[in-house]
Amino acid sequence: MSDSDKKKPPRRDFILTATTAAGAVGVGAAVWPLIDQMNPDASVKALASTEVDISAVEPGQSITVLWRGKPVFIKRRTQEEIDSARSVDLKDLKHPERDEDRAKNPEWLVMLGVCTHLGCVPLTDKGDYNAWFCPCHGSHYDTSGRIRKGPAPTNMEVPKYVFLNSKTIKIG
Amino acid sequence: MSDHDYQPSSKLGKWFNDRLPLLTLSNHLQEYPTPKNLNYWWTFGGILTFCLITQIITGIILGMHYIAHADLAFGSVEHIMRDVNYGWLIRYVHANGASMFFLAVYIHIFRSLYYGSYKAPREVIWIIGMIIYFLMMATAFMGYVLPWGQMSFWGATVITNLFSAIPFIGESITNWLWGGYSVDNPTLTRFFSLHYLLPFLILGLVILHIWALHVPGNNNPIGIDIKKPSNDTVPFHPYIVIKDLFALLLFLIVFAFFVFYSPNILGHADNYIEADPLVTPAHIVPEWYLLPFYAILRSVPDKLLGVIAMFASIFVLVVLPWLDTSKVRSAIFRPIYKQFYWFLVADVLILGYMGAMPAEGAYLIIARVATAYYFLHFLVILPVLGRKEKTLDIPLSITEPVLGGFPNQATTKNKQDNRENL
Repeated sequence: MSDSDKKKPPRRDFILTATTAAGAVGVGAAVWPLIDQMNPDASVKALASTEVDISAVEPGQSITVLWRGKPVFIKRRTQEEIDSARSVDLKDLKHPERDEDRAKNPEWLVMLGVCTHLGCVPLTDKGDYNAWFCPCHGSHYDTSGRIRKGPAPTNMEVPKYVFLNSKTIKIG
Repeated sequence: MSDHDYQPSSKLGKWFNDRLPLLTLSNHLQEYPTPKNLNYWWTFGGILTFCLITQIITGIILGMHYIAHADLAFGSVEHIMRDVNYGWLIRYVHANGASMFFLAVYIHIFRSLYYGSYKAPREVIWIIGMIIYFLMMATAFMGYVLPWGQMSFWGATVITNLFSAIPFIGESITNWLWGGYSVDNPTLTRFFSLHYLLPFLILGLVILHIWALHVPGNNNPIGIDIKKPSNDTVPFHPYIVIKDLFALLLFLIVFAFFVFYSPNILGHADNYIEADPLVTPAHIVPEWYLLPFYAILRSVPDKLLGVIAMFASIFVLVVLPWLDTSKVRSAIFRPIYKQFYWFLVADVLILGYMGAMPAEGAYLIIARVATAYYFLHFLVILPVLGRKEKTLDIPLSITEPVLGGFPNQATTKNKQDNRENL
């Protein structure tokens, strides 16, 4: 054997590496369906939008509807509540978001009624800001659904929604 | 040990044993030399085996009548309670059996902590035990979801939401766990499937746990290495078997008290209300055996750090054999460790109580102090104590202190001196 032959890795190493790599890809491809079957299925995804009639909601009133298995709060805010939400200094917020960005139509606040801490449903018109309060671990939200006090890391999420007309909102 | 030269007496037995040495195994289990000074805290291994078998048998029966569907599960549990022959008994045994299982496992774990059973050469027994404990918590949690009451639903929501604390991929993971965008029917069916599977994994790990135990043999209350077999040991059968059975009988009195006289005292009334995704119960509390960890989770004001602290509180137990640097096993010979041991017991009980109380005001402050102390005990006190503590003299055999009066420091000293002179 010459020196150059010694330095070259044996051809069997190549075969071993190639076989192992191909085997790993094959195992991965076989395992993926077993994992992905647990993700939301087609029937769950199909229920991804809901239309809500809001004509009966009076100012100051709030309704809760179910969307994707989660409660959605639709709150018709009073002028007072809008003012209190818009007068807050963004520096005072744990998760700074302007109320103007959260409620495009200031009278209507639409958001997931799910506490961003561990997923409980906050109570309406409760807590330090007389807005939402989560009884599970004590998170207080303001009239814009923004986290002000307690363990929740972020504001309550605003889902995608559109006003189809003055009486109907489509969520999702 | 008689294991290797064991010969079945019958011809058929010998023929079979040459092909599959089951009779050798059975002989080993009977003859297994056990320290003769084991006290009643050592009977909980047998009690735990009984608990596991009870849960598996009652669980398989409940699975024959239960329907894993969000619309039908709650009704099917009531059907078991009212219509199925002895259904109430089997369900109450299963539900309270989980609590009895945890009661026994906590005694078993704290026994190990007191007598240093986790130390070399028994680290692998301990780690397998911790994996069993972790799987028990997962199994119990998923089992609690199956009746699909309010506590089932919201407990599942809170616990699965723990994973949403993981940065970036948290939401995808929770959606994957749920099979949707919230806890719903797909979550229930997969929890049922896994709740059925995990006990059999636990059974497999229990066999490994016992196998690993039979390599070095049992630890004992004075925590010394003993010769096996010798004057210090007795055969497992009949001595330990009878003692274990007697302890089991006493344990069954407690078990039966709960099943027959207060079957719902360890549960929550809210779980007799069917799951409603629109209404969260005013006060969500996990089952009592998870409360200390729940208190740790809530005492940290940050979501991600709270989750990390909770998992760390279990992980710190896994690495305990390397955190406790003391070579002396039993707390009997560790006067300072003995005090810290009882502080830890009190600390865990306080954490448990705080986990059941609302997370506010004085409760929250106490829970935070108790959480800090929990980690202090394992991460600071144990490593330092092992190096600084002056331990008492250890007898050279189990028989010695019995014969010479206990503690007989003169003999132990002399013998050690003699040894050095040899």
